[in-house]
Amino acid sequence: MSKVFIIVQANEEARPIIEALVKDNLHAVVQESPAMVRIEAEGRLTLNRNTVEELTGQPFDIQQLHVNLISISGHIDEEDDYLTVAWNN
Amino acid sequence: MSVEIKAVEIKPLRNTFTNVAELIGGDKPASRYQEATLGTQAQTNMHYRPTWEPEFELFDPRRSAIQMREWYDLRDPRQLYYSSWTIQRAKEQETQEANFDFVESRCLHLSLSPEVKKLAIDVLLPLRHAAWGANMNNNELCSRAYSEVLISPAIMQAMDNLGIAQYLTRLGLMLEEPEILDTAKAQWMNGAAWQPLRHLTEDSFVIRDFMEIFLVQNFVVDGLLYPLIYDRFVDDSLTSRGGSAVAMLTSFMPLWFTQSSKWVDGVLKVAAAESDENKALLSQWTSHWRDRTITALTPIATMAFGDQQEIMLNEVIEQFNARARKLGIDV
Repeated sequence: MSKVFIIVQANEEARPIIEALVKDNLHAVVQESPAMVRIEAEGRLTLNRNTVEELTGQPFDIQQLHVNLISISGHIDEEDDYLTVAWNN
Repeated sequence: MSVEIKAVEIKPLRNTFTNVAELIGGDKPASRYQEATLGTQAQTNMHYRPTWEPEFELFDPRRSAIQMREWYDLRDPRQLYYSSWTIQRAKEQETQEANFDFVESRCLHLSLSPEVKKLAIDVLLPLRHAAWGANMNNNELCSRAYSEVLISPAIMQAMDNLGIAQYLTRLGLMLEEPEILDTAKAQWMNGAAWQPLRHLTEDSFVIRDFMEIFLVQNFVVDGLLYPLIYDRFVDDSLTSRGGSAVAMLTSFMPLWFTQSSKWVDGVLKVAAAESDENKALLSQWTSHWRDRTITALTPIATMAFGDQQEIMLNEVIEQFNARARKLGIDV
């Protein structure tokens, strides 16, 4: 299977996103680089709105991901409650 | 000639402060809330005891009968610290300001029927004194509580209560002449319907135990008053009789109540789960003060709902009991 990834800037706003990704995708690998963080996983990666909201105690809109997003790879399935990247083939 | 750009990774030697690391399970990146709050209150070397209470240290967990192994467990799920709190409130203030402008520019406050207007003023305006009482109690909580996780949201809560009192004042000034504020104060001081609530508020000023102050004001009194007045009276009863302008002018209050309930629930849940003694004490306080608050709210509910009073109050009590049980408090 091939890998999918999400890369975000390393900042205060992105930290709960990274934590939520790690929490919900146990197979994900985190690589920290200067000023950015790459979260990579076999097959699929899901970001759940609920998980981020639990971590921050604030309402979260899945689209807030895009503010700090650097790069993403995989087929994207975006709904109000989650965003999944996976390879469909 | 080619220029080679190379990224050099510099690992920080430490991710956060020792006082924060001790409370979040090791040295890892901490959020601003954690760094602004955890472990920031002085715990040792408080040389002098307060002259007004020499039996205690300046900061002393013995000021409450509730016992915690770690007071910093009572965290605020909203994770508010000074800057996130001011940013959030500034946004809400803008919305509320726009609501006031909307009502005023379209003269919606003039379109209220005389009965609805009188009812809104009779029920809502004296509550600004109750909101001031809530401000006093949260200031007291701030000065007596132990651990920054309780102290800092307490002062934010106190300022929020003051803001609510000011919105009620502005509502009065928009609907009527300024003298209406004196009339409302006279009602609070002497009106028969308001005396039980005033009595309750003034009794709550002399509670010494800071966890009891927290529970009485923020859980019991607010937990019964806000759903009764803002959800049922303003948003249901007044709105269905053409009073939606009033609902616009008070839209901050139910919104704020939902947010502050998260904090209150978060603290009480952890405190009740800590030990059976805590749970028993919280349950005892809740039952006692709930019954007093219900007595205090009954005449106000009669004024607001007439013969529907009992149904409305029972709904609110039911809702409150369910909330308490969810937090592990027996009522």
